[in-house]
Amino acid sequence: MVENSSGGLAEHQPPVGEALSVSKTFGETRALTDVSLAVFAGECHGLVGRNGAGKSTLVTLLTGLNRPDHGSIRLGGQPAPSLADRGAWLERAACVYQRSMVVPPLTVAENVYLNRPTRGSKSQLVNWRRMREKAHAVMLEWGFDVDVDQSAGSLTVEQRQVVEIARALSIGGRFLILDEPTAALEKAAVERLFDRVRRMREGGVGVLYISHHLEEIYEICDRVSVLRDGALVLTGKVAEVSQANLVAAMVGSAPPRRVTEIEAVKTRREPGRELLEVSDLVVRSRAGSVEGVSITLRAGECLGLVGLDGSGSSTMADAIIGLIKPEAGTVKVRGALIPPGKVDAVLKRGVGYVPQDRHARGFAPQLGVGENITLTVLDRVAPGMLGLISSRERDRIARREVDKLQIVAGSLEQPVSSLSGGNQQKVVVGRALAQEPSVLVVVNPTVGVDVASKEALLDAVGQARDQGMAVLLVSDDFEDLRICTRLQVMVRGRISREFNKPPWDRQELIAAVEGLTPAGERV
Amino acid sequence: MATTTRVATRQGAAGRVALRWFRELTLVPVIVLLMIGGAIVNPVFFTTSNLIDVATGGAALGLVVVAESLILLTGKFDISLQGTFGLAPLLGAWLIAPKASEGLGTEWSPWIGLLIVLLVGLVVGTFNGVLVIKANFNAFIFTLAMSILLTGLQLGWLGGKTVYHLPQVYIYLGSDSWFGIPAAVWVTTLVFVVAELFLRYHRVGRAMYAIGGNLEAARAAGIRVDSIRIGVFMVASVLAAVAGLMQAGRVTAVTAGQGSNLIFGVFAAAVIGGVSLDGGRGRMVGALTGVILLALVTNILTLSNISSTWIDAVDGAIILLALGVARLIGTERT
Repeated sequence: MVENSSGGLAEHQPPVGEALSVSKTFGETRALTDVSLAVFAGECHGLVGRNGAGKSTLVTLLTGLNRPDHGSIRLGGQPAPSLADRGAWLERAACVYQRSMVVPPLTVAENVYLNRPTRGSKSQLVNWRRMREKAHAVMLEWGFDVDVDQSAGSLTVEQRQVVEIARALSIGGRFLILDEPTAALEKAAVERLFDRVRRMREGGVGVLYISHHLEEIYEICDRVSVLRDGALVLTGKVAEVSQANLVAAMVGSAPPRRVTEIEAVKTRREPGRELLEVSDLVVRSRAGSVEGVSITLRAGECLGLVGLDGSGSSTMADAIIGLIKPEAGTVKVRGALIPPGKVDAVLKRGVGYVPQDRHARGFAPQLGVGENITLTVLDRVAPGMLGLISSRERDRIARREVDKLQIVAGSLEQPVSSLSGGNQQKVVVGRALAQEPSVLVVVNPTVGVDVASKEALLDAVGQARDQGMAVLLVSDDFEDLRICTRLQVMVRGRISREFNKPPWDRQELIAAVEGLTPAGERV
Repeated sequence: MATTTRVATRQGAAGRVALRWFRELTLVPVIVLLMIGGAIVNPVFFTTSNLIDVATGGAALGLVVVAESLILLTGKFDISLQGTFGLAPLLGAWLIAPKASEGLGTEWSPWIGLLIVLLVGLVVGTFNGVLVIKANFNAFIFTLAMSILLTGLQLGWLGGKTVYHLPQVYIYLGSDSWFGIPAAVWVTTLVFVVAELFLRYHRVGRAMYAIGGNLEAARAAGIRVDSIRIGVFMVASVLAAVAGLMQAGRVTAVTAGQGSNLIFGVFAAAVIGGVSLDGGRGRMVGALTGVILLALVTNILTLSNISSTWIDAVDGAIILLALGVARLIGTERT
């Protein structure tokens, strides 16, 4: 454990960043309700909460991108500047977002001094020598090891983050928000980030540290606040909050909204033969790398691959389906090796795919429901040398999936773009099922889908599983997991835990997903 | 210890400066090869008058290349620069030339004519900028339509005829010489130098790179991305209008066809000169080498005995070759 308050913690001074009972509503949704939170100079303040708890909204308020409906923001003891005065906000509150805010063609020094004068405060001219020297001085002062003359495009993810932190510090801001800073970092880089955070803390910077990985909160933060459904449910010294209490605060003590949530699979039978075999897969990806994962999938089972954004779980799906070429490892379907990085070859071997982003990869919006569903089986609807489409065969296959998934559409010709989100997603799943695959890879199938559609979607996938399909379900929505026969949890590119028998313990599962290892059971 | 690190960084910096220049000048070997080729093809090539001819031919093109490069750097582009290149000097000429030489007959002062040229550039640039940036029209299709419209107006008003007998003031820029070198060449060179320095040493210049490199990052840094981008459209169109005036002065007339197909050469020069179509990358020095290369190619093809019907094909082949050489030398050009 690091020294807690010996650093620069200054609770006697006004907080560097403070929200005073702020509320924010977007249309119908109450994003934040009466939230108060203070970050003092010299402390690292953890902010946790599940997706949709209101963390991002709070960040937009604290950085002046949005105005609270009620309550106020104070920075360094003074009322916040007006939203239009971006310069004043940048001087007092900086946020390093998950999405890189570095300009690749420019040098590191320029990125640090982006849009800021390097001579006098009024001069419009750029003094390159002084800019380099000043940027270099900032790097030295905080012990950052990045060459300021380098082009930012050649930096690693970690170095880009350093550049953004240096930019914030060089403006003079003493309130820094780190939004999921470790999501794209490797383990060694995470350690170095922690060193930097400690150095900043000692230098009197107040850090608001947002993370899904609770073990990081325990390692680096002094205090922690928990948001749940837009309300602040807990604030306290990290040393005084037990892991169990922290998880309980995030999840809520109230019973889960839906009973079916993590219910056991009712019809279970012995899994059949191996259909999908992934061995020692290593994939590099911005969206979360995979560091050597092996999984086996048998007929009639549904394996849930659970992980946060950046854990590598969705990258696994992309690599299996051939969208990303893995660096090492093999994928076998029904015992036959799949050439890496070839989507068409994978699909031909009988693998169905429901992509994560249905708008980007799921359907052709202007085409009709029928055509979209049969896109994967063009060889069946257009047989023979001529390749002419048989509309009767197409309608037959499409009708079957429409009935199975209860798709609500005027006709098979209705363009998918005019359907509701739930029905669009059903079309995407129908498309995958139409080819009657032996292996089905499904990524977050119920995101942004209404409750009824959710049920229909999960039922359809569950049914496919019962008919002997092997299903790989990648999801971070626990309600999806009810159709799974076993679960594997991914953290930082590795399988960290397995759950082999439903029903799953919700708390235990969340703790595992958020990166906490049960006491005394370090992996 | 600290000093050694410092010296090391200095040397590293010097090395990088050298590399940066090297990258900008990758076309120089191609240009040298072309010049040797030119000398072989026709001994006239290395005469002063011919080289001045090359420079004059490149001057108007070069000015439009500066204009397009500025827009490309901010991540957009403008096809209608060629329309402005034709229409702006035509409107000016039309209003000042007498009826006898295909003018409108108003016979306004040539100074007003010059003002109109600039004004046309400003109006077209503002219109393009506001609609592409604020109203979010696709830059390609919108400026393509604008280009067709402007060229169409030019043809419609002139009906295929040519405005000639233009007053001295109006053709001065394109026809006069200072110290034995055409004024147009001086002006274009000056614009290149100013643009290069502005892009390197002015905050707005650097902001343009930031906008083209990562729009959201630029916005988050407090850069007024919309104003700057619209401003760039305006400056670029004014430059194109002035370039059109240069061209009109050089041939002492405005034809109905002035500017047509110009934009392909402009894009080619900018891109082989290292200006990225994705924005945020490229320098005026590189763009200038692109212009010189294209001007040389045109000149050598004219001097050689290649049949005029084949000039376009050879032109295209040489541009492809230049792209290949630039790629081989290892810069990121698309």
